[in-house]
Amino acid sequence: MSENAKLPPMPTGSFAERAVAWSKKNLFDGWFNTILTLGSIAFLLWLIPPIVEWAIVNATLSPTIEGCAEVTGACWGFVNANLRLILFGTYPFDEQWRPLLAMIVLMGIICGSLGAVKYPGLRKAIIPMWLIGVPVISILMWGGVFGLTYVQNSYWGGLPLTLILSSIGVIFAFPFGLLLALGRQSHMPAIKTVSVVYIEVIRGVPLITVLFMASVMFPLFLPDGVTIDKLLRAQIGIILFTAAYLAEVFRGGLQAVPRGQFEAGDSLALSYWQSMRLIILPQALRLVIPPTVNSFISMFKDTTLVVIIGLFDFLGTVKLALRSDPAWTKYYVEGYAFAAAIFFLICFSMAKYSAYLEKELRKGERR
Amino acid sequence: MTVATETTTGAVPPPSKEDVIVVNKMNKWYGNFHVLQDIDLSVRKGERIVICGPSGSGKSTLIRTMNRLETYQSGEIYVDGILLGDDVKNIEAVRREVCMVFQHFNLFPHMTVLENLTLAPIWVRKMPKKEANDLAMHYLERVRIAEQAHKYPGQLSGGQQQRVAIARSLCMQPKIMLFDEPTSALDPEMVKEVLDVMVELAKEGMTMLCVTHEMGFAKEVADRAIFMDAGQIVEMAGPQEFFDNPKSDRTKLFLSQILSH
Repeated sequence: MSENAKLPPMPTGSFAERAVAWSKKNLFDGWFNTILTLGSIAFLLWLIPPIVEWAIVNATLSPTIEGCAEVTGACWGFVNANLRLILFGTYPFDEQWRPLLAMIVLMGIICGSLGAVKYPGLRKAIIPMWLIGVPVISILMWGGVFGLTYVQNSYWGGLPLTLILSSIGVIFAFPFGLLLALGRQSHMPAIKTVSVVYIEVIRGVPLITVLFMASVMFPLFLPDGVTIDKLLRAQIGIILFTAAYLAEVFRGGLQAVPRGQFEAGDSLALSYWQSMRLIILPQALRLVIPPTVNSFISMFKDTTLVVIIGLFDFLGTVKLALRSDPAWTKYYVEGYAFAAAIFFLICFSMAKYSAYLEKELRKGERR
Repeated sequence: MTVATETTTGAVPPPSKEDVIVVNKMNKWYGNFHVLQDIDLSVRKGERIVICGPSGSGKSTLIRTMNRLETYQSGEIYVDGILLGDDVKNIEAVRREVCMVFQHFNLFPHMTVLENLTLAPIWVRKMPKKEANDLAMHYLERVRIAEQAHKYPGQLSGGQQQRVAIARSLCMQPKIMLFDEPTSALDPEMVKEVLDVMVELAKEGMTMLCVTHEMGFAKEVADRAIFMDAGQIVEMAGPQEFFDNPKSDRTKLFLSQILSH
C-alpha cells in the first residue's frame, strides 16, 4: 500500500485511476500479498525471456539442417521440413490431400454437432451429418472407389489417425458406458454382475495392456485365416477401456438424481426407458459434464499409446520424423513442443466447450 | 356366475364394479419389520378417504403400494379390477389410472411447467403435442397458475409447485388420485391454496386417498377417515363418528394431540 502512495501522481483520467485502485486492491493488499506479487513478477521475468528468446528471437524456420546449425534458438525448420510426415505419417505422399480433406470433414461434423447447443436448428442435422460424413471420410481414407487408389489402413497415421481414433472412441464409448452404468444399477443380478465385473476388470488394468492384449493375444484365439484389422482392434480396445471409466462417471450422475424423480416417472406410468431418457439422464448427464469431458481428454491423449502396437498416431509420426534423418534427431525438443502445442490446443478447446456447455444448459433453467 | 374380468388368476373372486380399490389381507415387511399388517380396505368409486396416524405408522407406505411404488409380500391389491402384483403390464395399466401427488412435489426441474404437464400425455397416452398443450393449459387454469406455464419449477413457490404437481397428475385424467402428505412440506401460508384445489377436486367426484393431518380438510370432504398405527388400520369410520366418537384409545390420544392447538 505504502508502495503506491510514494508513486508520483498518475495522470488523471478514469482509466488510470481505476488501474491504480485495482492494483491496490488486488496486487498490493497487505505485506503478504505484496511479497507474492513481487515474487511472481520476478519468477516470470526469470522464466519468460529465455523462452521467448529460444522460441522466437533466435529461432529459425529455415527447413534445412544447415539453416538450423546457424542459429542458437529453436529449429522450427525441423517441423517445417517434416510437416507432411508429422501430419500424415506414412500415408502415400501424393495422396495426402485425402487425409487432409477427411480431417476437415471430420472437424466440420464435430463442430456442427457441438454447435447444436447454440443453434437448435442444427439438432435435426446431426444424425444425417454423421451418416453422410462417416462414409465420405472412409472413402477418402481407404479409397478404392471413384478412381482413388486403395490405401491400406496400416499406412494411415498422424493427426487424422489421432482424430479418427478419438472421435469414433467418444461416439461408441459414450452409449456403451451409459449402458454399463445402467447395468450396474440394475435389479437383475446377471446384468448387474456382468457390468460390475467388466468395469472393475477393465479399470484395473492399464490401457497399454488392453491394447497389447488386443494386438498380440487376441489373434491367437482366432481360427487360422481369420484376422481382425489392427486398427480396428486398437479402436475397440480404446472404446472398451474408455467405456469402463465413463460408466463410473455416469453412475455418479445417476446416483445424484433424487429418488423422487424416479418415483414421479413411475407414478406417471412412464416406462423404464422413457423415464431414463426424458427425466433421469438429462439431469444426471448435466451433473457430470466436467468429469465426462475429463475422461474424453484423457482418452484423447491415451490414443498416443497405439504406437506400441505399430500404429503411428500424431505423436508417433513426430518420432518417425526425428528418426527419418540422423541429423534431425537432436531437434527432438522442437518436435515434442510442436506435438504438445497441438495436443494442448485440442484439449483446451474441449475444456472450454465443456465450460460453455455447462453455462448454456444452466441458462435454460434460470431464465 | 358373473362375467369374469381379465384377472382370474387368484382364488379370490374379482372385486365388484363399485370398488375401484380392493386391498385383501395385505402384508408387507422391511426385513423383519412388519410395516403393513393384514390390511383390508375397499374404496368405492368417487369415495374420498383421509388416512392419518403417527409417523412410521405405515400410512404413506400403504398408499404407495397402490401404484406399486412399494411391493408387498402377501395378500392382494386390485386397482380398477386389475391385480397389482409382479406383472409389469398390470403395473403400467394401473399407473395409467392412478396418479400420485408427493410431499416434495417431485416436479422435473429441467423442464418448464408446461413440459412437466405434457410429458406423460404425450409419451404414455400418445396424445398429439398440440392437444396435450391445450389439456395442460386447461388444468393449469383450474389450479389458477396458467400464467406460470413457461417458467421452470425452481422459479415457483412451494404452493405453486404443488399445484403444478396436482395439474400434472390431472393431465393423465386418472380415475384415482393418491396424495402423500401434500401440504406437509409447505410454508403455512401456502397450505390453503393447495387445500382449496383439493377440495374442488373432491367436490367434482374424484376418487381420492389422502394421507394428511389437515383435519379441517378431512371434516369437510372425507367420506371415511382411517387411523393407522404400527402398520395396522386401527379405526375406520365416517368423519362425524371418527372425530366425535372414536372407539379406540389410540385414536383418541392421536386426535387429542393434533387437535389440541
